[in-house]
Amino acid sequence: MTVSGKDEPPPRPLAPATPAVAALPAAVAPVRRRNEALYYALRNRKLVIGFTIVLVFLLIAIIGPSFSRHEPLAYDGPPGIGPSADYWLGTTMFGQDIYSQFVSGLRASFLVGLFGGGLAAIVGMFIGFIAGYRGGIVDEILSMLTNIVLVIPTFAVLLVVAAYLSVRGIGSEAVFIGFTSWPWAARAIRSQTFSLTSRDFVDMARLSGRSTLQIIFGEIAPNMSSYLLLTFILLFGGAVLTAATLDFIGLGPTNGISLGLMMNYSVMNAALQLGMWWWFIPPGIAIAAIVGALYVMNVGLDEVFNPKLREA
Amino acid sequence: MTLKLDNVSKTYTLGAFSGKTLRAVRNVSFDVRPGQVVSLIGESGSGKSTVGRMILRLTSITDGRISLDDEDITTLRGGDLKGYYRKVQGVFQDPFSTYNPIFRVDHVFENIRRSYFPGVALSEWTGRLETSLRSVNLDPGLVLGRYPHQLSGGQLQRVLIARALLLDIKILVADEIISMLDASTRIDVLNLLAELKARGLGIVFVTHDLSLGNYISDTTVILRYGAVVEMGATEKVFGDPRHAYTKSLLAAVPQLHHRWEDEGFGDTSMPVELPTARGDAPKLTAVEPDHLVAG
Amino acid sequence: MLTVDNLSIAYRALSGDVLALKNASFSVADGEIMGLAGESGSGKSTLGRALIKLDNRMRHVSGTVSLDGETLPIDDDRAMIPYRFKRVSIVPQYAMSALNPTRRIGRMISELLTSRGMDFDKLRPELERRLLLVDLPVEVLTRYPIELSGGQKQRVVTVISTLLNPSLLIADEITSALDVSTQKAVARSLVEFRDRGFIKSAIVITHDLSILAQMADSILVMHGGRLVERGSVKAIVDAPMHPYTKHLIGSLPEVGVRYADRKLAGVSGLNAALEAMSSPDGDRDRPLREISPGHWVAAWGQA
Repeated sequence: MTVSGKDEPPPRPLAPATPAVAALPAAVAPVRRRNEALYYALRNRKLVIGFTIVLVFLLIAIIGPSFSRHEPLAYDGPPGIGPSADYWLGTTMFGQDIYSQFVSGLRASFLVGLFGGGLAAIVGMFIGFIAGYRGGIVDEILSMLTNIVLVIPTFAVLLVVAAYLSVRGIGSEAVFIGFTSWPWAARAIRSQTFSLTSRDFVDMARLSGRSTLQIIFGEIAPNMSSYLLLTFILLFGGAVLTAATLDFIGLGPTNGISLGLMMNYSVMNAALQLGMWWWFIPPGIAIAAIVGALYVMNVGLDEVFNPKLREA
Repeated sequence: MTLKLDNVSKTYTLGAFSGKTLRAVRNVSFDVRPGQVVSLIGESGSGKSTVGRMILRLTSITDGRISLDDEDITTLRGGDLKGYYRKVQGVFQDPFSTYNPIFRVDHVFENIRRSYFPGVALSEWTGRLETSLRSVNLDPGLVLGRYPHQLSGGQLQRVLIARALLLDIKILVADEIISMLDASTRIDVLNLLAELKARGLGIVFVTHDLSLGNYISDTTVILRYGAVVEMGATEKVFGDPRHAYTKSLLAAVPQLHHRWEDEGFGDTSMPVELPTARGDAPKLTAVEPDHLVAG
Repeated sequence: MLTVDNLSIAYRALSGDVLALKNASFSVADGEIMGLAGESGSGKSTLGRALIKLDNRMRHVSGTVSLDGETLPIDDDRAMIPYRFKRVSIVPQYAMSALNPTRRIGRMISELLTSRGMDFDKLRPELERRLLLVDLPVEVLTRYPIELSGGQKQRVVTVISTLLNPSLLIADEITSALDVSTQKAVARSLVEFRDRGFIKSAIVITHDLSILAQMADSILVMHGGRLVERGSVKAIVDAPMHPYTKHLIGSLPEVGVRYADRKLAGVSGLNAALEAMSSPDGDRDRPLREISPGHWVAAWGQA
């Protein structure tokens, strides 16, 4: 049995002349909420390491291309050479600069992650919030919709889409990923919203004349801000991985270059058998590292937000 | 500004297809006039909180009519509902759940300002806040800018009353607002309610504690399993209880200077009356002016 | 017979240890139901819990507890195991959550007893007898908790907690936030068990003095971790001596007392009482003195 924080008030100012009553330390120091989160965040190894890895790759994606000496797809160089002074990560079978492809591909991956993940997050939040707050028939309809999209075989749909769109860019890939990966986010947000909606402070907001949207974004969403952040990070990582997978099997953008496409080409051209490790290892490691780091960051963030999970 | 409940009922359907219903409130009628405190007294499952929530339109009304000054408020929505909340407000039982824990307590005032006083200048608004807080015996400096967990339950409840007073309310629904507070703070909040009543506020005081109801109310309504069993002027209901349930309730109240008289253990029938098996509420008859009894 | 001698318990807080209980000394005789009264933060729950199980945040600073002449090893969780349930037992606050909703009551009891090495079948006749004593039909054992009312559940829990005839029963806020009829049933069953000898003595922890007036023989009032007054129910209720006790008694709304007749004193009354109980230099930790047989009062004011 633990002391209930509700019954034990902090030393309350009774009257100016009377010293405060000694109270049990259930409710303690004045607020340091945001600083507390930051304090723990900086000390969480998983979060720091994961974040650093992602940040490094992000910086490479942002700054890297300005160091490219060749166009990513230009057949400029000597084919199939390893890393050298002029071609830092060597060249492809066709003489394309792998470094240049790598940094452009990184950019593309981050962009798809951002827009695809972001779109999924927006749709997921919209549906999750409304279903969770309204309940009843609205919830039933939205849940049905969620389940349908969840069950759709995205691969099959993608094949159909690919057949119709002969030219596909990163944008359409991001849109596709966004519109197919939102269901689990919607579900998670819906259940969180359910539990928050039943709290008295939502009733109090209703009594204050606040509208549904004002309550969702003014009371409920801020209360689950950490949860939303975690959800977005997962969606981001998922989008990067999905895009890489789609690119790898040839269903990605028809123009440009991406990490998945690099893997695709390298495999199609027997890079492994030919020992051209510089062609598939950088993109492979990059994808694995970024997605892995994002997931690890997520676990770390969860520990920061949820004191009960902390080990120390 | 009389609040009138006329044959109000609340029925819940259990599950989508079972056909079973739960009659949480059955045919409840009473009035609340300015300057009058009406106590809704009942044990758990009596429906008293549900009645309070229906008055506040937080729960829909299945049957019957609630009106404020003859204006039917049973199905108000949107802007009309917002206007209703200018006149009728509520305070709930658990102060630590009524505040959004991530915001400072000022947030509850902010919501009121944004909804009802958008044009008011900041300095004027701060002035109104301070006046309101002082009228509930709180020092604004000790309360504004704090987070809910930094204040005591009593302070939080009084802040909520101050919030309600910012609007020109006529009726306040107080749902078990002191049951989670210390003895001394309870008295202070109760005395505050009595002062507000003297200033013309109508109060619906929902409680399970008969001595509290007796302390400040003019009218008492005793609820059991969703229906009124006895109601009327407080001195008559407490002084001359007629219904068996009221009598057993009063006999069970622990008092400092009287021992319980009878020897029994209370309700021992089994199974307990199932909420899904309730019929219509028993009819009320007047045994004397301002004193109604069921059956 | 319980004897507590100079017991002090501290709570581990972020900023250091806080003494929640300071030098408590008192005894509870066989057959006595003692009410432990106080507001939140008074230390009453700490005292009650210290007698049966110190949780992780509590630390035994000094003092001893002895039951029937034997010192209780309260700071050794393992060593206390043989005492719990058999010599010292506790009735939890919310019976509703103490009973597993997915188990029939009889099954739950048998699992509980078996886990403590007892034979359910041997104890069953006594169990049934006690259920009947508190007006519960034996078929209660075949029911799920949801089929019982709050009062019935609380009585079942009381029966279970006292099944092995503990010397001391601790009841921590067992009537708080319960309906009046439930409170009555619970209070009655506890007194009944004492009368029948199933429990030797009991400590009833609550902030509700009026329920103590119904069921207790004596009352111990606490404030700020210290004992403030101790005496028979009659003495405390009819003639309280300490200013804090007087304030507690005086701030209870009673049926029959209305605001219009007599406005009760709230926090201002509390402040006045606290002011009165301090020594001239503001010290609130005053020693207890026996001012008449069985009636102890902490020094206050100038004394």
